[in-house]
Amino acid sequence: MVSLTVDGQVVSVPAGWTILQTAEEFGIRIPRLCYHPDLSLAGSCRVCIVDVKDMGHYMPACATKVWPGMIVQTNSPEIRQARRDIVELLLDNHPKECQTCERDGNCELQNLAYTLGVRERLFEGKRKNLPADETGLSVIREPNKCILCGRCVRVCAEVQGVCNLSQQGRGFTTAVAPAHGAAMDKSVCIQCGQCINVCPTAAFIERDGTDDVWAALADPNKHVVIQTAPSIRAAIGEGFGCPPGTPATAKMIASLRRLGFEGVFDTNFAADLTIVEESHEFIERLTGKGGPLPLLTSCSPGWISFLEKFYPSLIPNASSCRSPMSMMSALLKTYYARKIGRDAKDIYVVAVMPCVAKKFEARRPEHYLDGRPLTDAVLTTREAIWMIRSYGIDYWGLPDLEFWNLPSDVFDSPMGTSTGAADIFGTTGGVMEATLRTAVEKVTGKTGQQIEFTEVRAVEGLREVTVHMNGTDLRIAVANGLANARTVLDKVVAGTETYHAIEVMACPGGCIGGGGQPYPPRGTKVLDPGLLARRASALYAIDKDKEFRRSHENPDIKALYADMLGAPGSHAAHELLHTTYAPRLPRGILLRGDQ
Amino acid sequence: MDEDDCMVDIAKFFLTFSQDESCGKCTPCREGTQRMLEIIERITTGQGVAEDIPRLERLAKLIRKSSLCGLGRAAPNPVLSTLTYFRAEYEAHIHQKRCPSLKCTALVHYEIDPVKCVGCTACARHCPVPCIAGKPKAPHVIDQAHCIRCGRCFSVCRFDAVHRA
Repeated sequence: MVSLTVDGQVVSVPAGWTILQTAEEFGIRIPRLCYHPDLSLAGSCRVCIVDVKDMGHYMPACATKVWPGMIVQTNSPEIRQARRDIVELLLDNHPKECQTCERDGNCELQNLAYTLGVRERLFEGKRKNLPADETGLSVIREPNKCILCGRCVRVCAEVQGVCNLSQQGRGFTTAVAPAHGAAMDKSVCIQCGQCINVCPTAAFIERDGTDDVWAALADPNKHVVIQTAPSIRAAIGEGFGCPPGTPATAKMIASLRRLGFEGVFDTNFAADLTIVEESHEFIERLTGKGGPLPLLTSCSPGWISFLEKFYPSLIPNASSCRSPMSMMSALLKTYYARKIGRDAKDIYVVAVMPCVAKKFEARRPEHYLDGRPLTDAVLTTREAIWMIRSYGIDYWGLPDLEFWNLPSDVFDSPMGTSTGAADIFGTTGGVMEATLRTAVEKVTGKTGQQIEFTEVRAVEGLREVTVHMNGTDLRIAVANGLANARTVLDKVVAGTETYHAIEVMACPGGCIGGGGQPYPPRGTKVLDPGLLARRASALYAIDKDKEFRRSHENPDIKALYADMLGAPGSHAAHELLHTTYAPRLPRGILLRGDQ
Repeated sequence: MDEDDCMVDIAKFFLTFSQDESCGKCTPCREGTQRMLEIIERITTGQGVAEDIPRLERLAKLIRKSSLCGLGRAAPNPVLSTLTYFRAEYEAHIHQKRCPSLKCTALVHYEIDPVKCVGCTACARHCPVPCIAGKPKAPHVIDQAHCIRCGRCFSVCRFDAVHRA
């Protein structure tokens, strides 16, 4: 323990604590900006400066460890003025576009400027004028809004292991960009959108998809349908003031119907379908009839990009299943179109996803049908929340849907039923758990087998476990956050460890921590394990309440196979539900062994 | 360095160096040195206002106390020491729009003394604009509206006829 004086109080804290930790322990909230508890320390914004006696200059509270006898003053007129001036200096080099900015109202810089009392501008002058990078299909970079806190750089390197972003140039014109100022679509960016999540301003933002959706909704010749991913219902309520972890399925469906979508579908159905196909693939591979082991899951488009860019030698291991979104879109444009007697080209499929990489996935040529994208538009959870608000829907005051002669809180049929196995897709370990639920029954041939595989829920980011199935020990790895995936994949490539299956989700915590999820409410932070756990608990609660909890028990799935696909892994299923991958190496880098 | 050097200009010289060398990591040095430089540039071009001195001091103290590394902490020192010892020079620039050591080009102008001028045409021949008119062997005149205050006429005149004020 270390004894020190903070604001006149003698306190004792464990050695190795920082001033910031110590202050928080005793109820002192030091303002901060570049600091994030789950990322490394930068100490660059200088907003958390405190006065340490005899130091001669202010110390950053986030990056200064306490020492015995230290005398810290966290608050004085001079420090408050210094903090205020630092934030003003940031504002002085930031566009005055708050009213038209996507982050108006939940911008950390705006909030900080208000809290610290920047009421007049004393030092305004020249502002940097750098071109925006709008080349990314998912992530747009707006360097003029960047305040160089470096959180995106750190999340990209430390959490995602991609290391795409870094500070380019120096001094007043420093910008965060891919190496050598490359365009986002030419860089190794995997479009996961974690930079958007951690950005305090709108320097990183998703490509807007709402204009296309508004236009489609207004077009009388289009049959506009929407599908919602498993994790949306766990997070969408946050956009309307719900505490995190409030399941909001009914309100979500109701408000989307009010927006004018002619069909509201559940991506969960396709998640069930993914499981049926993927567990079939898994069993084939286990019995030596299919491709190589370990089987890598393929639901997360950010992860698939990562695989194609960084581990091309493992591409044959990836499950060939499309992501649930693309499966659903494929079925909507074929199976559903036939059911309602419409032409596929009249059907406009919108997907609400927790993910910005899905915007990229939807434009991959492998996900086109007859020259048209399977998924016409992808909205993030944030965009969906904005559309609901912008349309003037009173989310809380939505009347019972019978009043509007609309079906109540059920998704549209066919493909309206989903099992609990699909709900947990939205959180880490969910795909693996759902696969195991089905695979165990298929392999043993007996029903009523184990349902919950809590050991694969990798809340800490990475789990390697052994699961017993019908006398065989399966080595399973579950990773979320691609830096964790690197740890596992490096072992696979080096051959030091053998696994049977690996689930990878690009974002921390799985889709619930996706790059398109709502910004955390004021006072909480992104990547917060507590926030992610609350969103996950909403999904587990929905799973527990479901009548069916194994994907292959889904009656609509059975009907679909009987109507159209035949059996899992059939030719028809492969045509519609499976895809291919190819190495996408950064320019100038060759595959090992290539000339 | 002597009485012919303007202390505000000296501060600007050092500050330009620090601003140029700033790596851009921490806010006070990256943004603050740019703002200090802008204020000093305002002062040396005669656009300074009375609040500029306290603003400069406020920024200088902020950058000195809260920058991350030694470069940032030392960057405001030339401004702080010239403000301590040569504050009058700053005030002359701001209030009287005058550079006491006649160094700040925006604050000086050149005139030809018609008594001393012998009409040798040297100044007119060297003027890069050109804005000096006059016939040989007759006093020359500078067109103040076009003069860029480069000082060439002042240095080429062999008769001390060009005055800097």
